[in-house]
Amino acid sequence: MIILPTHFIGVALIIFIIGLVVVIARRNTIAILMGVELMLNAVNLIFLAFNKMYGGMELSGQVFAIFIIAVAAAEAIVGLALILAIYRSIGTVDVDQLTELRG
Amino acid sequence: MLEWIYTISFYAFSLMLVMSALGVLFLRNIFHAGLSLLFALFVMAGMFILLGAEFVAGIQVLVYVGAIAVLILFAVMLTQRIADTKVKRYTRALFPGLLVGLGLIAVAFLMIGNMNGLGFSEFTPGDMVPGIGRLLLSQYLLPFELISLLLLGALVGAIVLATKEGKEKKEEE
Repeated sequence: MIILPTHFIGVALIIFIIGLVVVIARRNTIAILMGVELMLNAVNLIFLAFNKMYGGMELSGQVFAIFIIAVAAAEAIVGLALILAIYRSIGTVDVDQLTELRG
Repeated sequence: MLEWIYTISFYAFSLMLVMSALGVLFLRNIFHAGLSLLFALFVMAGMFILLGAEFVAGIQVLVYVGAIAVLILFAVMLTQRIADTKVKRYTRALFPGLLVGLGLIAVAFLMIGNMNGLGFSEFTPGDMVPGIGRLLLSQYLLPFELISLLLLGALVGAIVLATKEGKEKKEEE
């Protein structure tokens, strides 16, 4: 049985949607960041699958995947620093208890 | 023979990937969820190798597994009582979220069903890393420099956010 690009895209979509449900449903802010990482990784998989599909000599898909990895690193660093700051000042990282800004 | 191995490893990798991603969603202990995420990112590097992107797979292992996942685990250890399993895992949005997820998966597979018959291009570039380097310094030079600015900003921002309180305490003293 031959593996087609659509197989890779299907796996990537499943991973993306699992990440989305993690972001929606998890209570812990760090778990929400984990969901965001899963989503970014799934997008990388789609970029690489399309790069291999239409590629030839073109490597733009891989370059974009590297850009996404760099942006994800920046996002994770700032997100975790924010979570640490919130934990220090409020004492919890539970999204249902972070209601300081609710009017 | 080679194609057979490719198929087997694709299915093994996708099974491990989906199981560990579901682990991030369902595991009660947040530290175990983090370890599951680490495993998922590692298997994702294997998928990248299957797609002929060895350089990106190496970057993935270095940046995600080596840095981001370890950073997340450290953040878990700094903010949580790890063995605490009495904490609720989910917000009220769990069942709506699961419904949305299942619906989106159904839509995604309908879309993929319409994409049938597309194959991989036979021709693969031989020297990948020089090609990526050339692209980064010619066609994508502006985004490349912007990424370096973004990383610098993120570095400074993270330091400012994470050390602010300590400084204030010192000033109070």
